[in-house]
Amino acid sequence: MKMLFSFFAVIFLALLGFAGGKSTSLQFIFGVVIPYAAVATFILGVIYRVADWARSPVPFRIPTTCGQQESLPWIKQSKIENPSTSMGVWARMALEVLLFRSLFRNTKMELREGPKISYGSDKWLWLAGLAFHWSFLVILIRHLRFFSEGVPLVIGITESLDSFLQVGVPLFYLTDAVILAAVTFLFLRRVFIPQVKYISQAADYFPLFLIFGIAVSGVLMRYFLKVHIVGVKEMAMGLVTLHPVIPEGIGVIFYIHLFLISVLFMYIPFSKLMHLGGVFLSPTRNLANNSRIVRHINPWNYPVHVHTYDEYEDDFREKMKSAGIPVEKE
Amino acid sequence: MRLKRLLSEKKSAVLRRWFDDIVETYPPDTSQFLKKQKNQFANPVGSTILQGIENIFDGLLKGLDKNEISPFLDNIIRIRAVQDFTPPQALSFIFLLKKIIRNEIAKEISDNELSEELLEFESEIDNLALISFDIYMQCREKLYEIKANEVKRMTFRLLQQANLLTEIKDEESDIKEHDFININTKGGS
Amino acid sequence: MAKLPTPEELAKIDLNPPEKDWMDTPADIKPGMFCWGAKGKNLKILDFPNARDWSPAEEDWKLPKDWEGTVLEAFADKLSKYRSFKIFMDVCVRCGACADKCHFFIGSGDPKNMPVLRAELMRSVYRKYFTNSGKVLGKLAGARELDLAVLKEWWYYFYQCTECRRCSVFCPYGIDTAEITMMAREFFNLLGLNIDWIAGPVANCYMKGNHLGLEPHTIKSSIEFFLDDIETVTGIKIEPTFNRKGAEILFVTPSGDLFADPGTYTAMGYLMLFHELGLDYTWSTYASEGGNFGFFTSNEMAKRLNSKIYAEAKRLGVKWILGGECGHMWRVLNQYMDTWNGPADFMEVPTSPITGTRFENARSTKMVHITEFTADLIKHGKLKLDPSRNDHLKVTYHDSCNTARGMGLLEEPRYVLKSVCNNFYEMPDNTIREQTFCCGSGTGLNASENMELRMKGGLPRANAVKHVRDQHGVNMLANVCAIDRATLKAAMEYWVPDVSVCGTHELLANALVMKGEKERTQDLRLEPLPGKEVKE
Repeated sequence: MKMLFSFFAVIFLALLGFAGGKSTSLQFIFGVVIPYAAVATFILGVIYRVADWARSPVPFRIPTTCGQQESLPWIKQSKIENPSTSMGVWARMALEVLLFRSLFRNTKMELREGPKISYGSDKWLWLAGLAFHWSFLVILIRHLRFFSEGVPLVIGITESLDSFLQVGVPLFYLTDAVILAAVTFLFLRRVFIPQVKYISQAADYFPLFLIFGIAVSGVLMRYFLKVHIVGVKEMAMGLVTLHPVIPEGIGVIFYIHLFLISVLFMYIPFSKLMHLGGVFLSPTRNLANNSRIVRHINPWNYPVHVHTYDEYEDDFREKMKSAGIPVEKE
Repeated sequence: MRLKRLLSEKKSAVLRRWFDDIVETYPPDTSQFLKKQKNQFANPVGSTILQGIENIFDGLLKGLDKNEISPFLDNIIRIRAVQDFTPPQALSFIFLLKKIIRNEIAKEISDNELSEELLEFESEIDNLALISFDIYMQCREKLYEIKANEVKRMTFRLLQQANLLTEIKDEESDIKEHDFININTKGGS
Repeated sequence: MAKLPTPEELAKIDLNPPEKDWMDTPADIKPGMFCWGAKGKNLKILDFPNARDWSPAEEDWKLPKDWEGTVLEAFADKLSKYRSFKIFMDVCVRCGACADKCHFFIGSGDPKNMPVLRAELMRSVYRKYFTNSGKVLGKLAGARELDLAVLKEWWYYFYQCTECRRCSVFCPYGIDTAEITMMAREFFNLLGLNIDWIAGPVANCYMKGNHLGLEPHTIKSSIEFFLDDIETVTGIKIEPTFNRKGAEILFVTPSGDLFADPGTYTAMGYLMLFHELGLDYTWSTYASEGGNFGFFTSNEMAKRLNSKIYAEAKRLGVKWILGGECGHMWRVLNQYMDTWNGPADFMEVPTSPITGTRFENARSTKMVHITEFTADLIKHGKLKLDPSRNDHLKVTYHDSCNTARGMGLLEEPRYVLKSVCNNFYEMPDNTIREQTFCCGSGTGLNASENMELRMKGGLPRANAVKHVRDQHGVNMLANVCAIDRATLKAAMEYWVPDVSVCGTHELLANALVMKGEKERTQDLRLEPLPGKEVKE
């Protein structure tokens, strides 16, 4: 039910994009208005969400420590897994964000009993997650060529690495295949691993279908249903220089692709996809374990009612005296 | 015994069925986890069942006696005795074996007139069930013993220094079991 | 005659829930899985809301009027105060990496014990009231209303979380279920839905200084009983001091160790070590609790209890504080105390009077862990040790959740243990250090009425102990936590009956060769030392 809903939602969106591309009167809306709105929503939405998180303070220093603390000089500290300096925290965050350190932990296995099948699924999750996110990034960088005069070096290098197989015309990009495979895997595990199926929400299936739709429309456009590429470039440059134009004869598949991307951009700030920002703000990861070295300040720390020593001594003075325990007031 | 020879040939099929059927007694999402997670430390329930039934089955085939099989029964029952099972649910896994064997070698039984041997084998399974009742009861008794022991450990020092410990005044005097425990063992740190 | 059910039918009763969404499966509150409700009198002492006697097993929980409003108001308040809570409500992608990492899920198989789902119990309500998609799309966005069934489900499952943080180690965003459980318990606290096993000790600790409710003279006499036993074993008479002004060091340890075996042997260990060093230290009857059950109730209550430690250090004029072996006590001391009740600028940077080592890693808090202190002594050769006295023991070490994942105290206790016993074996890698399994009874769930829950939760830990017992003949499970000493004892009795439980300083004291001691023939448990029995 949750899955079907998400599936049909994405189909519906693709059809909308199709309609938008077919009708010349709608092309301006789908080619200019919606993309602008999407980018604006994305930027403002992300800023709003991050600012909203940042508005809540971090009252306590609560890193999850995953290694030896800073202690006596002769005990080797695990400076990245249990950092006590900001350098260590940076390293920890870099490992987390770039290599998904925590997910990788799942694969660490020592003893195995019984049949040979081991912790496969967990390792696959790490691998698929990494493949998915990195391909996404590479594809994003590649797309920047549409928005720039000439081809900046970074983009050129990325493209040539991505197409190092040197097969096909146009050259086949590895990441196109990788992202489709990774998304498929991430989807299938939601269907076939019962625990994961049990916890999955519509909000988990929807982005997978959406990204799958974007990737498929992109692949179709590049390799099969050729679009008018010069027109696309012209349109992109128009958008980025704020002089939007709608060249003719680009091809309807492009509008589907563009519309799904616009939906994704608009969807990000309101969904779990905000994890891209959240991971940087997570207090169990981005704080140093140095709360015994430097006092951490809680901005809303307030005085509380305590049972003072004087009250305590008043309660027990005679008993303390007869037990020979020193008291303040005789 | 022809039957036992036949069963040792079919051992892996029987065990797989038996394991699956036992695991099916858990909720669906749990049973998948029990089946798939093969690391014995990440999945002690699944691996204990898996190893336990293999040893029990081997024991039956070799005709081992009660004392030799009961540790393996114990491993499984000890877990099921604290999970959300009623006593019959907890012990039903023994009886599942009968049906699996009948299904697994149905054809051979009628072809080779093995029914007499089968009856004998089944009565051995029944014996296992009787031992299991015993183990189950021991486990449940152990739980109560542990509760009692915790209280004893706490009160030992208390008794040593009788009258030295006072409790915040309790208006009502309805002393139930848990009140008693609370009075004597608050916290534990 | 009615047809009797077949084994297959029997086995499946109630256990295969229809393929329903988890939201449509209300919690079935089962005996053996929950703790008794708090007594009104204890809540009154603490000025907690809705103080009354109540029972979770009854239909009517005697909730205050408009409890939904109370919870939602508190929910908004916590979101504005804790970034952790807000982010953990928002960023979960339900990847499932945490699902099989919880000891309660592994032992019980109840899907709502998967950390992700435990958190979703609360996230679903968050979405309904605090996100636009949840308000508009409702169930489709994974949102649901807060009603009595939801509240009961929360109560049941957030009292099946020991805040051990193991899930947080594996989560790619570091989502820590402990933070969510803490918030849930804050809400329960506002409705008077406390459990007695926590509220009782908290009330005691508030009024009397420790969870057990030991009054000052009782603390003294408890310790005097230990002194007698120590004299029997070593022939040495020890005279500790209490509430002594001008002492260099204040010693604070969980009160559980003053009362229940085997924690008592650890307390004897401290006494012997300090005596041997001639340490200028004092016990306090006012700050006589290192642990903090307030931490399992509300942030405010935890701070109220914790305040005593610095207040007492100031009153007595000590230079620094030494803390005993305890798990959650050290999470609190490491990550909370200085923030709540600091700065402790009236003390000095802790410096070992024996070795001169400055404990730079505690220079702000001024509080040192006893195994840091002892490891430093051993490293400098300041203790005369005879590890052969522990030769009859094969020892393994259980990392406490809190010292492992809320501090990173991993090598210090191991160094001490390896110095005082000759036979030390580690449990498998994925069950120790930052991946350690909980004892199954932390966060105040160590009552007796929930024994089934405790045994299930203790299974993954016990299973690893069983492994080293079978492989190496391990017969002693050492740890640095007072709750562990009480609860692992029970878990071992059930799962691995031939393994005993001890604190690290019990083994140290057994191995400690003291000046002027008689030849030891007994260990601290007054059991004969093998090979050293008195010859008749």
